[in-house]
Amino acid sequence: MQGGQGKMVRLKSRDELEQLRKEAKQKRAAFEFMVAVGCEHGAERVSAVFKEELQRRGLSKRIALKTTGCHGFCECGPLVVLHPEKILYVRVKPDDVPEIVEKSLIGKEVVERLLYVDPATGKKIMREDDVPFYKKQMRLVLGNNGLIDPTEIEDYIAIGGYSALAKALFEITPEQIIDEVKRSGLRGRGGAGFPTGRKWEACRNAPAPDGVRYVICNADEGDPGAYMDRSLLEGNPHSVIEGMIIGAFAIGAHQGFVYVRHEYPLAVKNLGIALEQARQYGLLGKDILGSGFDFDIEICRGGGAFVCGESTALIASLEGKIGEPRPKHIHTTTSGLHGKPTNLNNVETWANVPLIINRGADWYSKIGTATSKGTKIFSLVGKVNNTGLVEVPMGITLREIVYGIGGGLRDGKRLKAVQTGGPSGGCIPASLLDTQVDFEKLTEIGSMMGSGGMIVMDEDTCMVDLARYFVKFLTEESCGKCTPCREGLDRMLDILTRIVEGKGRDGDIELLEELGVVLKEASLCGLGKTAANPVLSTIRYFRDEYEAHIKDKRCPAGVCRALITFSIDEEKCTGCGACAKACPQNAITGAKKQPHKIDTDKCIKCGICRTVCKFDAIKVV
Amino acid sequence: MENMVELTIDGIKTRVPEGTTVLEAARNIGIVIPTLCYHPGLTPYGACRVCLVEVVRGSSSRLEASCTLPAQNGMVVYTNSEKVQKIRKVVVELLLASCPNSKKLQDLAASLGINKVRFEIKDRNCILCGLCVRYCKEQMQSGGIGFVGRGTARRVGTAFDVTPEECRNCGGCEWICPVCERACTAGNLVNGLCGGCQNLMPVETCLICIKCSESVGPKGHKTFW
Repeated sequence: MQGGQGKMVRLKSRDELEQLRKEAKQKRAAFEFMVAVGCEHGAERVSAVFKEELQRRGLSKRIALKTTGCHGFCECGPLVVLHPEKILYVRVKPDDVPEIVEKSLIGKEVVERLLYVDPATGKKIMREDDVPFYKKQMRLVLGNNGLIDPTEIEDYIAIGGYSALAKALFEITPEQIIDEVKRSGLRGRGGAGFPTGRKWEACRNAPAPDGVRYVICNADEGDPGAYMDRSLLEGNPHSVIEGMIIGAFAIGAHQGFVYVRHEYPLAVKNLGIALEQARQYGLLGKDILGSGFDFDIEICRGGGAFVCGESTALIASLEGKIGEPRPKHIHTTTSGLHGKPTNLNNVETWANVPLIINRGADWYSKIGTATSKGTKIFSLVGKVNNTGLVEVPMGITLREIVYGIGGGLRDGKRLKAVQTGGPSGGCIPASLLDTQVDFEKLTEIGSMMGSGGMIVMDEDTCMVDLARYFVKFLTEESCGKCTPCREGLDRMLDILTRIVEGKGRDGDIELLEELGVVLKEASLCGLGKTAANPVLSTIRYFRDEYEAHIKDKRCPAGVCRALITFSIDEEKCTGCGACAKACPQNAITGAKKQPHKIDTDKCIKCGICRTVCKFDAIKVV
Repeated sequence: MENMVELTIDGIKTRVPEGTTVLEAARNIGIVIPTLCYHPGLTPYGACRVCLVEVVRGSSSRLEASCTLPAQNGMVVYTNSEKVQKIRKVVVELLLASCPNSKKLQDLAASLGINKVRFEIKDRNCILCGLCVRYCKEQMQSGGIGFVGRGTARRVGTAFDVTPEECRNCGGCEWICPVCERACTAGNLVNGLCGGCQNLMPVETCLICIKCSESVGPKGHKTFW
């Protein structure tokens, strides 16, 4: 058992919870400083050195050290934040720790060289809140990640954790909870955006002769490049647990499940610790906080099938069957896990619930647009300067996310498209960058909200190649049950492959479109119905690129190997020979200080010469 | 008395007991919806998507597999609308491209007026309809065979590819298989199609006729549903 230095007390009433909160707050307040070290990538080592250093100098009593979960600013990790001033140090290495302790914790100096430098202005920024990446976000759900040690339940309680649960159990009725969630306008964050309150109500009202109902947390996050749910489970698992207990109480369920990817070992571990601690504190199990309500949560690890993120496939997998979807004419809220009424929500959805109960539906529904309320976490990745997790209010424009928060594109390149919604999302061209991010608007322009993947692409991205990548992923991840998804995707992949190989034929675009419609209309589940989005949206906005591949046998972005040739610009080449040395095929020849030449027969188009050339002399046509 | 629901199929009003699928309701009144993965003795599976119908709700409509779609009051269904025909043809075309030697599929293709398979033939000799898997489990209470793998790697197999104890060699899986049942013997395929039956006899009759002559073979006459 990790964590929990204090004695474990089983809380038997709301008063005892509040008493514990008071104590936990005092405990935190007793420290002069708090050092929050966060990031999956190397934070543990930094944290270990901090611990050693603080102990060596006898500072452990004055300074609290928290190894937190992900703060979201991946580009600059590992991050160290010194509270209460919130001084942010970026890209901290273990060797930097003694200096930080010496200068900033013992002295009152700032370690200038570790501060974040705003690439736009070139200025150093000291406080976390002033960094543009954070400043423009609205971190309601994700923000607490940076304040707590996920393996310490008392940290979560100290910042107000489980107060929403206490309110739900003792102040309001289950009907009022559902009404509050309905009025808040919260919609499922897993992708489909179904109104959460309505789902809860349907599940509560579904007949359950034996009184058994289930709640499930879908943490089978499988989109390439998306890690919102993982960060929440790793960094703040109690917020998800609290949401689930409130939901279960409102619905009348006594058993919950978290279906989480096996490939998320830290999430599984931290969630396991959190569940164990919640049980010991009387927040899970029999008679929660003395309210008479029983509820417990079990962890189920998924085997890594993308399709198991689909609700009915997930439930089949939980039951021990093959993870494949079934038709949803009978909703899972009527007959789900083991044929019982089942309410399934995504990690982020559950994490929003305590917020709504604490601060009220009126407050929550003020955030966002008319149809999409609250905030959404996106994982902003690709060719953008500030990659990371960003939480923004619904209705923000893509431009604001990419340029305001993301800091624009790398190396001053031009934005070509933004891909949202994971592998079955669509590509949004630069011309539609002022589109507001909400469920309806994204669907309207051929993409979707999805679970929150956001990939930024620059002019060096070939849209046909990109569509092919996603179709390949989906072909492998389709469960293979229904014909359109299994065969249709396979055929789409064949066609896209021949296009990028320069063997495209007339009519291929139309055939792709036809298959796309078949997938959309005839597939059994959401995976198949949306699987054509990457193809259809790239055809819709970048048809000329497809045509260039098929008709002119040319890849405008210079990506598709079969359609490009490498040559050397004689005027730019200085004859340094760097490319000739690097070429694995020995395809480049030339005398010293004379322009070199590439033997196109030998060239395998690996692109190494282009990478090593300092004079931009390698041309790709 | 059972609860009855009233729905309209291809303009014909019909009343069926609650829980009846749209496919059964249509067949009750003599409307033929082609199927592949459906069998009246087995749980509907909804995988082949050949039995798609168009369900109209207000100004919008969507396609649903009729074999798994429960009939509901006031439902308006079209079994052979333009949209259905268009999509169904591509579905059968896709299946043909991965399993050209099934007579049932070739007949179906002919009856739908498919005159070309636009995809490269990749003969996997199985349409993954799951009839054998369900037959083994539901009728023989065996569960000896099941699906292995996913996506295009999906196949029917046994655990660890060894004959399981549960298998009693009943041969039911072969008997119910739309591919094993009667291979298409036309020989050379043109554009992925044999067209033989289409020329020799009216396939529409074949689809619903009980006594469809010589190609039935030693297993005797049987219906297509």
